[in-house]
Amino acid sequence: MSTFSDTPMEPGGQAGYGLETRPTWTGWLRRRAVATLPPEKLLPDRQPSYVASWIYVFGALTLAAFGVVLASGAVLAIKGPDWWHVSSAGLFVNSVHLWGTELFFFFMVIHLWGKFFMAAWRGRRRATWITGVLAFVISIATAFTGYLSQQNFDSEWIGTQAKDGINATGAGAFWNVLNFGQMLLWHVLLLPLVVAVMVAVHVLLVRRRGVVPPFPAKGADK
Amino acid sequence: MPTVIAALVDLGRPGHYVHWGFIDISVANLVVIGLMLLVFILAIAIPFPHGGKK
Repeated sequence: MSTFSDTPMEPGGQAGYGLETRPTWTGWLRRRAVATLPPEKLLPDRQPSYVASWIYVFGALTLAAFGVVLASGAVLAIKGPDWWHVSSAGLFVNSVHLWGTELFFFFMVIHLWGKFFMAAWRGRRRATWITGVLAFVISIATAFTGYLSQQNFDSEWIGTQAKDGINATGAGAFWNVLNFGQMLLWHVLLLPLVVAVMVAVHVLLVRRRGVVPPFPAKGADK
Repeated sequence: MPTVIAALVDLGRPGHYVHWGFIDISVANLVVIGLMLLVFILAIAIPFPHGGKK
């Protein structure tokens, strides 16, 4: 199998450039990826007519808010707490990060309600639903570690109040909410990475399986 | 402008809470839930511009 060129293989197993070919995992991966997500599905220019409803907008709005949160969070990580607590620009970016998160959850919950009442797991879309649920749950943990990473009295209060609850579950031994360094790293690296991967898989699954259609109305003509 | 906002919501005081049986929720969170419900209903009720043609 050729992995060097997209040109059709010749009977002797030679690709168009005359290079010796053999099976490789990269070639296998490329063929699987293109077969699973052909370009016309990955970047469609048409959508079914039922998508023309405001309720279908909230997934994209959630993605937009997620982008704002990631970008403002990156700036906060670069500049540090002495900047975000003191300077006007720092306070502004800090607020953008907070309100971006508020909107992220606001849009995500409405997206969830809409998809729940459409039973959006229909039509081989179970994996899409599950990845959405995981993204939602892990986002809550990410937001929680964000509250703990503020470096102010609020984060101290939340940490001291939360530690007993976390310890009661037994997780406090390896997940210490009073350990600022640990919570900050969970917040800025590990959890956002998992959320981003979940969101990426979720969106790719939506592309692959398509947007779930609404339930047919009674007496509707198809 | 900050004065106007400060007049609407005094953030310098402890928040208000609603107690209803075992449910204990801040007014701020209740307002957000109410807004989400409102936007959800509006998203279903309001027609999408240029929709239903394709």
